[in-house]
Parts: sequence; C-alpha cells; structure tokens
Amino acid sequence: MRRLTLIVAMFLILAMVVSACAPAPMPAAPAAQPAAGESAPAQAAAPAATGNVIKIATQSPLSGPQSVLGTAIKNGAQLALEQNSGKLQEMGFTVELAPFDDQATPDTGVANAKQIVGDPAILCVVGHLNSGVAIPASEEYHNAQLAMVSPANTNPLVTTRGYPEVNRIVGRDDVQGVVGAEFANQEMGVKSVYVLHDKTAYGQGIAEFFRQKAEELGMTVLGFEGTEEQANFDSVLTPILAANPDLVYFGGIYSQGGLILKQMREKGIDAQFLGPDGLDSSEMANLAGDFVKDMYFTTTAGPLSLFPKAGQFIADYEARFGEQVQPYGAEGFDAMNICLEAIAKAAEANGGAMPSRAQVAEAVRATADFDGITGVKTFNEIGDLTVAQYFVKQVTSADPADWGAAEVVKVLDIPAPTSN
Amino acid sequence: MHLRRVNPFKEILRPLGQLLIFIVGSAAVISAITLLIALLLRSTRTDIDILQVTLVLLPQVLIDGITLGFMYAIIAMGYTMVYGVLEFINFAHGEFVMFGAFAGVELLIWLNAQGVLKTADLWLALIWIILAVLVGMTISGTLAVTTERLAYRPLRGSPRLVPLIAAIGVSFLLQDTMRFLQSAINGDFYRTFPEFGPFAQRLTLFTIDMNGRPINIAIQYKAIMLIAFGVVMLVALNYLVNATRLGKAIRSVAQDQKTAALMGIDVNRIIALTFLIGGALGGAAGVLWAFRFTRVDPYMGFIPGLKAFTAAVLGGIGSIVGAMLGGMVLGLLESFSAAYFSIFSRGAFGAEYKDIFAFGILILVLIFRPQGLLGGKTTQKA
Repeated sequence: MRRLTLIVAMFLILAMVVSACAPAPMPAAPAAQPAAGESAPAQAAAPAATGNVIKIATQSPLSGPQSVLGTAIKNGAQLALEQNSGKLQEMGFTVELAPFDDQATPDTGVANAKQIVGDPAILCVVGHLNSGVAIPASEEYHNAQLAMVSPANTNPLVTTRGYPEVNRIVGRDDVQGVVGAEFANQEMGVKSVYVLHDKTAYGQGIAEFFRQKAEELGMTVLGFEGTEEQANFDSVLTPILAANPDLVYFGGIYSQGGLILKQMREKGIDAQFLGPDGLDSSEMANLAGDFVKDMYFTTTAGPLSLFPKAGQFIADYEARFGEQVQPYGAEGFDAMNICLEAIAKAAEANGGAMPSRAQVAEAVRATADFDGITGVKTFNEIGDLTVAQYFVKQVTSADPADWGAAEVVKVLDIPAPTSN
Repeated sequence: MHLRRVNPFKEILRPLGQLLIFIVGSAAVISAITLLIALLLRSTRTDIDILQVTLVLLPQVLIDGITLGFMYAIIAMGYTMVYGVLEFINFAHGEFVMFGAFAGVELLIWLNAQGVLKTADLWLALIWIILAVLVGMTISGTLAVTTERLAYRPLRGSPRLVPLIAAIGVSFLLQDTMRFLQSAINGDFYRTFPEFGPFAQRLTLFTIDMNGRPINIAIQYKAIMLIAFGVVMLVALNYLVNATRLGKAIRSVAQDQKTAALMGIDVNRIIALTFLIGGALGGAAGVLWAFRFTRVDPYMGFIPGLKAFTAAVLGGIGSIVGAMLGGMVLGLLESFSAAYFSIFSRGAFGAEYKDIFAFGILILVLIFRPQGLLGGKTTQKA
C-alpha cells in the first residue's frame, strides 16, 4: 500500500505540473536547432549576403484549435508573396515563404523564432496570431534585429517595449477594451457585467482594460475570473447564475468563447454576450450553435466588405486556396506586402545588394501611407499605427457560412494612445 | 469466496441502492458543510446574503456535480477493474476515453453531413446518441484489448514500475497517433460534437424568489440523459461482475491467478476481457463527455483520466463500489469548490483552485485511510 501511495503522490505532482501548462498541445521539440558553431555568428551579427535567396517567415498556429485564423494569416501572406515579389525578382533575388507553426503556444513560438533567427536568408517575419506568443518570440527577433510585422497582435506590450523591429498593422487592446466597455454602456444599456478571461497576455489584458473602463463608466463589475479549461466551464459559469449580470464579457479566443456561450445559455444565463476580436471566427457559430445569434464582438479586423479594394483579394484568395477568407487573411496579405516593399527599398538603398536585417527593420518602421487593402497604414515611432480602426459587430445568423455577414454596428477611428 | 446462488433481481437492486445512498449521502454531507460555512460567513458580508446565494446555486451545483461524478465513476471503473485483476495502473485509460469520444463524434459528424441529425426529434436523437455510445464502446474496447495484448502482456511478471512506465508511453503514443490521424484527415486535430436534438432544453423544476428576482431551477435534458446512461452502465457492470459466470471468473483471477488457472480458467482471456469491459466503459464515458462539453481533442483524456484515477484511489482502488463512491465524491467536491470558492473567499480564490482542493482532500484521505474510503473492508474486489 505504501508503494501505491508513493505512486499516487508522484502522479499528483505530475498532474499539477501538467495541468499548469495544459491543455495546450505538447510543444514540439525544437527540431532543427542549428549546431552551436553555425548559429553563433548568424545570431551575433546581421547576416551577410548569402547568395540571393530572400525568405520571409510567417509564424501563426497552423494546427490546433486556433488554426482557422492562423492558416488565414499564412495564406494571405503567401498570396501577397506570390503576387507582389516581382520587384525583388527583377533585382535578381529569389523570394521564398518560410511558414512556421507556433501552435498558439509561447514555447513553440520561441523555439521557432530561434530557428528563424538562425536562418540568415530570413529578412522579415509576418506573425503572430497570439500576443502571448508574439511577445516572447519578438525578444528573439529583437536580438537579431529582424523585422516583424504583426497582422493580429493587439496587446499593448507588443509595441510598448519600444523595439525598433516590432510593428503591427492592427489596433491595441487598451483601446479595444475601452471601445467594448463604452459600447456596452452606451448602446447596450448595460448596468452590471461579469468579466471572464483566458489568462493569456491577450485575453486577460483586454479583460482588464474592459474592467477599468467599465468601472469608470459606473457599471458594476460583479466578477472577474480567468479559466484555462478547454471544455468544462461549469466552474466559472455557476457563480454567474447567482450574480445575474446584464452582460458577460469574455476576453479570449473563440475556441473557449464558443463553448462558454453555449454552456452559459444551457445553464439558463440570459445575459448579453460581448467579447474582443478573438471571437471573430465562424468556428464560434460551429461551437455555440443557435446561441451565437445577437452576440457582439469588438474587432480591429474590419469586415472585408467595408474595404473598397478587397474584392480582388477575396476572388484571388478563394481561387488560390479554395476556401472562404477567414479573419486576418487580409491583414496577413498587407503585412507581407509591407515586408516586401521594405525589403525592396532597403535593397535599393544598398545599391541592389542583399540588405542587412537592420536595414530592413529600419525600412519597415519608415513605412508611411502604405495603401493596403485594410486601409492606409503609417507606423509611429514604436511601431503602432498612427490611426487604427476599431469595429463593433453583431452576429446575425447562426450559420457558420454567414459569419462574414455579421453586421457592423459601429466603426471608430482612434489614434494610437500616446501615454506610452 | 464460497459459491452461492445469485438472485439476479437482487444483483440489480443492490448497486442501484448503493448508488442512491452514495449520491444522496455525499450530496447531503457536502451540502451541509457548505451551508454551515455560508452560515458562519454570513455576518462578514453586507453586500450580498451569502446564505441565500448558496441556496439558490445549490440545485445547479448538485446537478453539475452528479453528472460529473457519474462520468468520473464510469472512467474510474476501467482503472479499478484492471487494478483489481493485475495490480497495475493503466495510465493509458484516459486515451481509451479519448478514442471513444472521437469515434462517437466522427460518427455523428458523418450522420450530420448525411442530413439525418437535423430532423431528429427527442427519441430519434436519443437513438443516434446511443448508437454513437455503442460505436465509442466498440472502438475503445478493441483498442484496450489490443493494447493489453501488444504492450502489457509481454511485460506481465516484470517489476511493477515497468508496465506503469509502458502505460505512460502508450498514453503518449495514442495521443499523438490521434493527433496525426486527425491532422492528416481533417487538417485539424479537434472536432466538435454536432448540434442536434432538443437536449439543450431545460425542464424547470421550481422557481426561487431572490430579492424579487425569480430564478428558475431547471435541469437540462442533457443532464437527465447523462445520469440515466451512468446508472444503466454502472448497474450493468455490477451485474456482470457479481452475477454472471464471467464475473465469477474475473473475481477469481483477481483473487489468485495461479489457483484460478488450476481451476480451468483461461487467465489470459479473462484479463483481455477485463480490458475489453474497462475500455468499453471508457469509450462510453468519452462519448458522453463530448456530448456534455462539445469539443474533443487528442489531449482531452488526460485530465479526466487522472481525476478518475484519483476517484478510484479515493474510493479504494480495486473496489467497484469504491470507484462509484469515489467518482461521485470527487465530482461533487469539484463542482462545489468551483462554485463556492470565489463567493466564500470574496473573490480571493477563483474557481481555478478547485483541483487543488479536490486533490488536497485525496491526500488527506490517503493519510488517514491509505486503503481508500471503501478499500480493504470490502471483499468485492473485481
């Protein structure tokens, strides 16, 4: 019996360790860590011209529950590379895409980042989907002076560290959370709110900005809970039944959000439901079924129907990949084009020779009035957009195929916060 | 074990009675303790009436806890039966659960694509769910027998830690096999239980008035079904083990393999059948888990498996009745601590501390009763 007790104790410890990092997929071992001898010079100095192959990496979740959005980023970037690398080819370069799967986990993202940094041909990175992955991974890019253009990361910390390499073409959570709270207060007429989040940098961050603003506006915040559960949300939902809020705000991604919405309705919680851009996926309708109707979400990725130049992109994307454009596909496309344009400029300034990573990073940051399909983009001194667009949308149909038809109920142009 | 004539009727009623006692007993004890704490803390809060909040939540917490308890109990059967026969903890059991869940969900997704699910009324939908459960049981049972034959039988007789490590290896292997299969076929490794039938509807039991706000206490059709499935499976298993020739053979192998072999029992066959039964129960639990919580992924079996194992140890590993009790107690504890922790601690401890609480109880039980709540005392070792 003592031995059994010992075994049980062993597994309890294992259980706690695993549940601490569960249920993310086991991080893939960094498969091809370059040998120390090779990687040291590659990381230390900006890589010298090695041949004329230029690679641009994408990092986003290509497998796992968030792969719908991650694959859209990769596909959008791939399409841009195929369509717009002509100028670099004329200059005598071969341009290649190097897609990486960060599995939405920081460990994998950082391991991939080390591999990316170790490949001297990679001059620019399009990524990530998750702020929690982008923040640690960009430390690696920063050390290697490698430019990163984020198509989706909204956590303020992505840019507020002031790294000259890190840029984003979307808005920020400290604004998005505020937009959500203001909308809840003014347009939804909400008096009390219960806030849930997924304990990631992205989800918890935005939930906190929402809570701050909600309290400022005089709403009662009845609860603030984080959960890493992936399936069973009983534990966080039952207290909401007693609290009886007007609104449940969930800071996180659709893979949890869809189930939370479904399970709370099944429990008989009739509160309205609002969340950030992480909920913007047709998977939300798959998971929550009919309950998804009338829910609201804020987003920085505008519906393509709002952008006059998106028609061609949609047609090309569907022809190339045979599927509907998911959110962040267009942002992936724009981010890649910014990379391509900056590399071309840096190469020109370098007399047609292969530019260094630092030169590319400088050229990316200098991007001004870039006329992308998701709007005109100018980076400020920390890599934020000088003016970003924020949208509030309402889901009108429970059919996943109609997700893109969600009604835009509000559009706001808000300049980047200047406080930090 | 003397040979006695079994009364089949009694063998059905007895586990039913035990289940009822366990549910009512543990629910009553845990509710009483919770209400007592609420009463004691009542004076510390002026903003809300803790006692009233506790009472209002109680029915929903009980329903959640009991359905969860049934699922833990069914999964715990797989651990406890294998332990009873081989004194070996099959840590790959959670992965049998996961395979069963995938099998059932894939079937339903396929049926949904054929368009037969959308039109289903309650009874038809029920038939499809039962079909999915049966498919899950078949796949998981087959998988369990195969695993036993390929991975565990060659190691039988080696030191205890060797098959344990092998089981952990099998567990990882099965997770990644499913991940690979799903990635290769669907390009993605999680699946969603299709939405059909009227299961999300709720049956209102009664209405409570809370400061002028009526609160409906309702039970979901889903929860009723899960409880019904759980009762049927646990009673059937008890009947199988206590009242059939096969059950007698299993019990004798559990008591003494060598002597059982001398009496003409094919020990290998009985062990394989034990895995078959345990695996099939795990598969059924997997489909029910997916039904309850909607999404399945290759790693879903790990945590429920661990908790079910905990439940088996709590009840006294090797004892079937103990696994029922352990599962129920753990399910209720988890549900209660999740719901009330943040209310009682004024938000200082969130629901995420529920596992620490449940496992803490396990450690306490093991300190004072290393054989588990019902271990040792009962002769009903499967």
